[in-house]
Amino acid sequence: MSGNGTTPVIEVNGLVKKFGDKTVVDHFDISVPKGAIYGFLGPNGSGKTTTIRMLCGLLTPDAGSGTCLGYDILRQSDNIKEHVGYMTQKFSLYEDLTIRENLDFMARMYRVKDRKRKVDAALEDLGLANRSHQQAGELSGGWKQRLALAACLLHQPDLLLLDEPTAGVDPKARRDFWDEIRRLSDDGVTVLVSTHYMDEAIQCDNIAYIAYGKKLIDGPARKIPEMVGLATWRVEGPDLAELATQLHGKDGIEQVARFGSALHVSGMDAQKLEAAIKPFLKDKRYTWKQQPAGLEEVFIHLMSGSTDNFAAGQEAA
Amino acid sequence: MALSSSRFLAILMKEFIQMRRDRMTFAMMIVIPIVQLMLFGFAINSDPRHLPTLVEVHDTGPFTRGFLAAMQTSTYFDIRGTVANSTEVDRALKTGEATFVVTIPEDFERDIVRGEKPALLVAADASDPATSGSASAALSVLAANTVNNLAIGPLSYLAGTQDAFSVIAHQRYNPAARTSYNIVPGLLAIIISMTMVMITAIAIVRESERGTMETLLSTPARAPEVMLGKIIPYVLIGYVQTCVFFILAFWVFSVPFAGPVAPFLLGLNIFIIVNLALGFLFSTVARNQMQAMQMSFFYLLPSILLSGFMFPFAAMPGWAQVLGTLLPSTHFMRVIRKIMLKGADLSDIVPDLRALLIILVAVSVLAMLRYKRTLD
Repeated sequence: MSGNGTTPVIEVNGLVKKFGDKTVVDHFDISVPKGAIYGFLGPNGSGKTTTIRMLCGLLTPDAGSGTCLGYDILRQSDNIKEHVGYMTQKFSLYEDLTIRENLDFMARMYRVKDRKRKVDAALEDLGLANRSHQQAGELSGGWKQRLALAACLLHQPDLLLLDEPTAGVDPKARRDFWDEIRRLSDDGVTVLVSTHYMDEAIQCDNIAYIAYGKKLIDGPARKIPEMVGLATWRVEGPDLAELATQLHGKDGIEQVARFGSALHVSGMDAQKLEAAIKPFLKDKRYTWKQQPAGLEEVFIHLMSGSTDNFAAGQEAA
Repeated sequence: MALSSSRFLAILMKEFIQMRRDRMTFAMMIVIPIVQLMLFGFAINSDPRHLPTLVEVHDTGPFTRGFLAAMQTSTYFDIRGTVANSTEVDRALKTGEATFVVTIPEDFERDIVRGEKPALLVAADASDPATSGSASAALSVLAANTVNNLAIGPLSYLAGTQDAFSVIAHQRYNPAARTSYNIVPGLLAIIISMTMVMITAIAIVRESERGTMETLLSTPARAPEVMLGKIIPYVLIGYVQTCVFFILAFWVFSVPFAGPVAPFLLGLNIFIIVNLALGFLFSTVARNQMQAMQMSFFYLLPSILLSGFMFPFAAMPGWAQVLGTLLPSTHFMRVIRKIMLKGADLSDIVPDLRALLIILVAVSVLAMLRYKRTLD
């Protein structure tokens, strides 16, 4: 579904959140169209969780304004909460309640109509119908995550906020999880998801890259490399570690990253990069190929370019 | 393996750092001894003085005035006014308005002069023997002194007669002066204070500790919904405790239950809810279960010492009485003692219920204002 022409589900401007004298989120703007899967990428402590919490009214912004599902994020968080499904980073359902009791609890909290049938259906979908009397604390990481997702879908939210939903979950479970997210998105549910994983980032329609409280880039996933304008060469051959050491620090080469059996050598200035590589092209043991930069190189580039605002804050102080 | 002083120092340093960071525990460790010392040292006085006393006057004259003046100067009694008849006497004692009521009989003065050795009646609220005991004991000495002081001139023939008039002290409610009659009902107030406050304080902090608070806050639940939902289940536990208490109070301690049940239940319910609300308030301040426990104990201490449970309320200095008045257990202590021992009715406990309700409203409002609906 395209967001063009319709009111954005999330539209916020200049969000600021400070904890003490540390600015965790610094003038954050975002516009999320309906039905989109919007990815929040960024290193640990970059403010992804804080931003999500501000969007659903769990934290009060120190500055900024905006709407979420058409409701004011500062004054109408009760209305927002009614229509948002929020999945926390850490499993935050009741470990000492059974699977069914947890779902029942959440359904009641959101005043879900036809509760028993909805809970039964959720258990069936989860494939947990025969284990519904097991305590949630006994479930493995992957099952806990699926239960948490089911719990925040019971009231059929219009917006899903998922905070690193697949941390500590095995690849198969992650794949299933993303299939589910895609299905929901196709049904018109807007999804905002934070993640560390590049393979998940690729699944998103749009990506906002956040580092140390600041949004560095924001756009459609496939356009991100183009927007950054990073030039990349791929090189294959023997003794890549040795080659990488030689390449490091050369003028024009900003980044040398290992990808499986190849190195990706990148720089912002394509001509300078080519000049730097030229002497190595003669070595016939290696095959060099110019290629468009992938998301992963772009993010490594963005991360190395951004400064740690905690460190910066300390320098200033 | 060799012991390492470096490792020992590492642990020592770490403990100090953690102790310093955990300000709450640190404050408790400093404040508790101070508070205990202040309470035990100053507030607790098992020789109560200035007990509220009323007079039922049917005669006046030098002996009456002399005796009342002697009572006042003894500092045991604080004469606050008069009562008209025996109904008012009963009422004053039952509501706790007076601990003693002195009745001067008709023709008291004339009978003394005639040598008829009249008796002066002092009705005492003996439900707490510790309160009324030493004051009662002082009465006959005061009578003898009064006679000696006035036995001059034409009345000098009365000098030396120890019993120109006698004082009959009527110990009401607990004539056998059994301490258990006073302590056992009070224990209900203490038991409920201790468990109800702690249980709710922990129940909410546990949500934060386990991370489930984030889910709870992400739902549209409002403060009163959360507060009521958290409190009501524990009200039932309060009922169970009360039942257990009464079974033991009747069978083991044979404590009487003189008054009506309905006003007692009313008081009990308010008291249980006050304590649960207080626990809820504590939980909005405490950051972990340990702190919640510490705060509960910190509250329990004055509830035992300043509520009139262990030591006579009247014997405490003014500031301690003010602190005691702020405690819900002080008021419930009065409700349950009045009803169980004195057979008081609803009208007799109205001031206590009013105080409990005021505390309830204040605590609830504070708790709901403190309850944050965000993670800020």
